[in-house]
Amino acid sequence: MTARVFIPRDAAALSVGANSVAEAISREANARGEAIEIVRTGSRGMLWLEPLVEIETSGRRIAYGPVAARDVPSLFAARLLRGGDHALRLGPTEDLDWMKRQQRLTFSRIGVIDPLSLDDYCARDGLKGLKKALTLSPADVVDQVLQSGLRGRGGAGFPAGIKWKTVQGAQAERKYVVCNADEGDSGTFADRMVMEGDPFMLIEGMAIAAYAVGASKGYIYLRSEYPHAAITMERAIHLAEKAGWIGNDAFGQGKPFHLELRIGAGAYICGEETSLLDSLEGKRGMVRAKPPLPALSGLFGRPTLINNVLTLAAVPFILAEGGNAYADYGMGRSRGTLPIQLGGNILRGGLIERAFGVTLREIIEDFGGGTASGRPVRAVQVGGPLGAYLSEKELDLPLDYETLAANKAMLGHGGIVVFDDTADMAKMARFAFHFCAAESCGKCTPCRVGAVRGEETVGKIIAGRDIEANLALVRDLCEVMTDGSLCAHGGLTPMPVLSAIDRFPEDFAAPAHRTAAE
Amino acid sequence: MSMSVHVAWDEGVARELIEERAGLEGAMLPILHALQKKFGYVDARAVAVIAKVLNISRAEVFGTISFYHDFKRQPPMGGTIKLCRAEACQARGAENLAEHLERVHGVKIDGGYRNGVSVETVYCLGNCALGPNALHDGEIFGRLDAQGLEDLYASVARKTGE
Ligand SMILES: Cc1cc2nc3c(=O)[nH]c(=O)nc-3n(C[C@H](O)[C@H](O)[C@H](O)COP(=O)(O)O)c2cc1C
Ligand code: SF4
Ligand code: FES
Repeated sequence: MTARVFIPRDAAALSVGANSVAEAISREANARGEAIEIVRTGSRGMLWLEPLVEIETSGRRIAYGPVAARDVPSLFAARLLRGGDHALRLGPTEDLDWMKRQQRLTFSRIGVIDPLSLDDYCARDGLKGLKKALTLSPADVVDQVLQSGLRGRGGAGFPAGIKWKTVQGAQAERKYVVCNADEGDSGTFADRMVMEGDPFMLIEGMAIAAYAVGASKGYIYLRSEYPHAAITMERAIHLAEKAGWIGNDAFGQGKPFHLELRIGAGAYICGEETSLLDSLEGKRGMVRAKPPLPALSGLFGRPTLINNVLTLAAVPFILAEGGNAYADYGMGRSRGTLPIQLGGNILRGGLIERAFGVTLREIIEDFGGGTASGRPVRAVQVGGPLGAYLSEKELDLPLDYETLAANKAMLGHGGIVVFDDTADMAKMARFAFHFCAAESCGKCTPCRVGAVRGEETVGKIIAGRDIEANLALVRDLCEVMTDGSLCAHGGLTPMPVLSAIDRFPEDFAAPAHRTAAE
Repeated sequence: MSMSVHVAWDEGVARELIEERAGLEGAMLPILHALQKKFGYVDARAVAVIAKVLNISRAEVFGTISFYHDFKRQPPMGGTIKLCRAEACQARGAENLAEHLERVHGVKIDGGYRNGVSVETVYCLGNCALGPNALHDGEIFGRLDAQGLEDLYASVARKTGE
């Protein structure tokens, strides 16, 4: 019998040698005359175990990892293809603590299926949501999304159903659905994993959205730093078109839905939705003043639904199982599940999908196992480069939009970046200003000029010059940026800066009094 | 993976690439990417052609090119390594790697080509649990340590030298 071997081709796995492992396995099997079929999958999200190799025996998958090409001969000697014992054997994948503790609604197929197999996709509930949607009126589809309580996963947490309703109600002969796949926040990679591991789910979500709001054209705006996602997404669009579930007659009665992938060009600000629209139109990615809302006047002035990858990827489940099934998960006004991305100085980093309400401590300690360096956790940045730095004392906070906001922090796109006690928070504050300046669209002065001044001023504090006066100046600058910026790029840069100052004041003290370990 | 091969600037070829895409909605970025893929950069002589074909001003074309970090305005003089220096990679020691490269190899990050290699800053490659990371020629290199980055640097320098 042909043994099936599963090896990810997710960019994270490739970055640590998954291709050479696949080659070594294929070579070794050949040499031993063993028949195997290698299936390239997305990643299970246990990134510290990449490259992770799985073998299917008696209907179960047995995991081995992290596997290097040089381990392959000894794995075969240990009867890898029958799930044999070996130092790298982890056991049945589904029984691993990391997997068992999750609630995977969006990530249920990722790492399991061949991302470009329509058969695999349909065999595991793929297309169920779109088929269901097409039996409902567009208004009823929007109702399901409203009932699910789904909020935008791109950062702002705006209720998806309300946005959908606005676009649906707009009168126009042409409307657009745009997927924001710019994923520029440091510490985030869930969008990438969806596009590389289950691209049909995103296409299905976009098709449902297009049907609901009455759009005939969709764009996925993908950052250029994700070359592998681009290749997989492009192929998936082509396959979906060939299969007829997008194209000239996507929704029956001659109703078309065409989908196109567009690649960004290395500008963080193009993740901001109005800047993204300008970029899609072929211009500089400048932020637009709102109103008008993109929902009413967006791409080329037409009503446009813009949602993040994860928002759209949650939709097939919501339609297939009903909005209430999704809303059953979560806490407070944060309904459903959140794909959490755990990175930075962490022993076990990766993708964890859990209902809202899970605490940072459970994520960082139970899932993550503490820092990779083995040193104490000192700071945790939640929600990307514009998110707050929290201290170790705050790890019992539950992940929920409102709780974090009440603690002068934000959830953003769900990225969690861990730092150990060697982190210098004054340097991180300076970096926040540096990043703001480097990626500013340049439209407003507080952001463009304020960030440069901020970087200089924190530099003086680091050098020990006029600390009191310069700290006061930084606070003033932050106030001006918060109040006077057109968008959250300049408006939220004060969040990482002030959180670092307020929670780690010792790092801003005179050099002799600093306590951070060197 | 083999290194991307670029051809020398050729106005006829450029015009063809531009015209092929002119019918797209918001054709500018697809056009600029196509030019850069072909020639390795966007030649100043392309500006007039794009402006004419898309019926917009040259200033608008130029403004767009200069806005985006990705578009190069000079022919490449070798290979590029994009080193991630965002927060999650910093938390895993990316700045030490950057310093090491600058100190030991005299590399100036974001300072142009040297030994046929240009090392540039990038903010996040979406591999934040396995950093420090670098991107070269469409491939991501994760779990980099000083040796790994040196090896990558040397291999890019060698490829260019060949
Ligand atoms: C500076 C800045 C960068 C942003 N980057 C992204 C991004 O990379 N991806 C994303 O989905 N949203 C990003 N956003 C949020 C978008 O503006 C917008 O809220 C989102 O695309 C709406 O989709 P959602 O409701 O599904 O979240 C960013 C916002 C700002 C201010
Ligand atoms: S805050 Fe910064 S990025 Fe946002 S519009 Fe103003 S200048 Fe542009
Ligand atoms: S921060 Fe370096 S890959 Fe994300």
